[in-house]
Amino acid sequence: MQNFEFHRPKTIAEAVAALKSSDGDGKLLAGGQSLIPVLKHELAMPSALISLADIGGLDEIRLDGDNLAIGAKCTHAQVASSDVVKNTIGALAKLAGHIGDPQVRNRGTLGGSVAHADPAADYPAAVLGLGATIKTDRRAIAADDFFTGFFETPLESDEIVTAVLFPKAEKAAYAKFASPASKYAIVGVFVAKTGGGVRVAVTGAGPKVFRVTEMETALASNFSSDAIKDIAVSADDLNSDVEAGAEYRAHLVGVMARRAVDAANG
Amino acid sequence: MQVTITVNNRSITRDVEARTLLVDFIRGELALTGTHVGCDTSQCGACTVLVDGKSIKSCTMLAVEADGHEVSTIESLEKNGELHPMQAAFRECHGLQCGFCTPGMVMSTVDLLQNNANPSEPEIREWLEGNICRCTGYHNIVKAVQHCASGTKGA
Ligand SMILES: Cc1cc2nc3c(=O)[nH]c(=O)nc-3n(C[C@H](O)[C@H](O)[C@H](O)COP(=O)(O)OP(=O)(O)OC[C@H]3O[C@@H](n4cnc5c(N)ncnc54)[C@H](O)[C@@H]3O)c2cc1C
Ligand code: FES
Ligand code: FES
Repeated sequence: MQNFEFHRPKTIAEAVAALKSSDGDGKLLAGGQSLIPVLKHELAMPSALISLADIGGLDEIRLDGDNLAIGAKCTHAQVASSDVVKNTIGALAKLAGHIGDPQVRNRGTLGGSVAHADPAADYPAAVLGLGATIKTDRRAIAADDFFTGFFETPLESDEIVTAVLFPKAEKAAYAKFASPASKYAIVGVFVAKTGGGVRVAVTGAGPKVFRVTEMETALASNFSSDAIKDIAVSADDLNSDVEAGAEYRAHLVGVMARRAVDAANG
Repeated sequence: MQVTITVNNRSITRDVEARTLLVDFIRGELALTGTHVGCDTSQCGACTVLVDGKSIKSCTMLAVEADGHEVSTIESLEKNGELHPMQAAFRECHGLQCGFCTPGMVMSTVDLLQNNANPSEPEIREWLEGNICRCTGYHNIVKAVQHCASGTKGA
C-alpha cells in the first residue's frame, strides 16, 4: 500500500478544505471497509486520507417528519440495532444486519456504502427502493439521480454525504441472494410501498442498482407476488461473473422480487 | 505520525507511517503475534481484535485510526495463568486443530457473548460469518461457544 497523508479534521468545513487542498487526489475515510481493501490492492492511491472520525453530528438517527434521517457515519451495526429504524422501516434494519459480517458491520457506514456505490452493495437497493434523498454538505440529491453508473455517483471530489433521508414505508422488504463468501448481493431486491408509490430496486444484478418499472406498475394495482410472477427481466446488460451468469441473475431478480413482496406483506 | 493507543491496558506511543495497518502495528511494532493475518481480502477474521470493546478486523483498520482508542488482543484474555472462559471452552470442546483461526474466533465470540449472553446455534453460526476455519468444520467451535455461554466452565 502506498503511503499517504492522514488528516482527522474536527468539522465538515475543515474536511472540505483538506479535500480541496489535495487537488482532487485526497479521499474521505469512513469505516474503511471498502476503501482499505481498495488501497491494499492499489486500485486507488490517494495522496491523502481525510478521516471523518472526529466530526460530530454525523451519527444520529432520528425521525424528521415523514422521513427517517440516518447520519452518514452510522455504522451498519448501529442501524441494525436501532429501535427507531426497526419501528419505522424494519426492512432497513434487517438489511443493515445482513451486510457482510459482524466485524464489517462494526466499522462500515451508511455514507461510505452509498458514496462507494458498489454495484453489489445492499444499501443502494434501499436508497433507490424507498426513493430516499442523499444529503451532502452542499445539496440534496434524489436517489434516482444518485447512482449513475458502475461505482459512479454525482458526488464531487470534495463533497461529503452527511445523511440519508428515507421516507417511512407502509410496506417494505429486502430479499438477497448473497454470495456465500462475502455476503455481497449476487441479486438483492428491495420493494417498498411509500407515500410516493411502489418501487422495486435491484442491486447486484447489473452494473449499478436499477428499478424494474414493469413490476412497480403491476404492484401498484395489486401488491402481491402473484401480480409479478409473469414479469421476466431481460438478461441483456446484466453481470456475468464467477458467482452467476446473466441468465441466472435475470431469473433471480424475479425470485427475489417475489420473496420481497411476500415478506413485505407478511 | 505519532499515535497513542492503549493496547491490552498499556498505553503505547509510537511513530508510524499513516499506511500502517493496525494488525501490522500489533504484530510488528508490539510483537503481539497472537493476532494473525490469513488473507488480504478482509474476509478470514484471523486478525479480529476488540477496539473499544467491539470486534473488528485489524487488517482493515489503520493504526492511525486507533489513535486514542483501546485495543484488546488475544494476549489480554488470560489472567494470572488462568485461561479466559472462552479459551478454556475452546480447549475443552476441541474447538481448534491447527489453531491459526483460533485467536480471531475467540475474540469474535467474546464479542458475541457481550452482545448476546445466550446465543442460539444459528445465531452463533451467523455471527461467525466473518471467521473462516480451514480445519474444524466449525461444529466444535460452535460447541465451545455454547459451552462457554452455558457457564459450565464458570465465567
Ligand atoms: C468482507 C466484507 C464483506 C462485505 N459485505 C458487504 C455486503 O454484504 N453488502 C454490502 O453492502 N457491503 C458489504 N461490504 C462493504 C461494507 O458495507 C462497507 O462498509 C461499505 O461499502 C463502505 O462503507 P465504509 O464506511 O467502510 O466506507 P469507506 O471504505 O471508508 O469509504 C468508501 C468510499 O466512500 C467514500 N466516503 C466514505 N464516507 C463518505 C461520506 N460521508 N461522503 C462522501 N464520500 C464518502 C470514501 O472516500 C470511499 O471512496 C463488505 C466489506 C467487507 C470488507
Ligand atoms: S487477515 Fe484480516 S480478515 Fe483476513
Ligand atoms: S483450526 Fe485450523 S484454521 Fe481453524
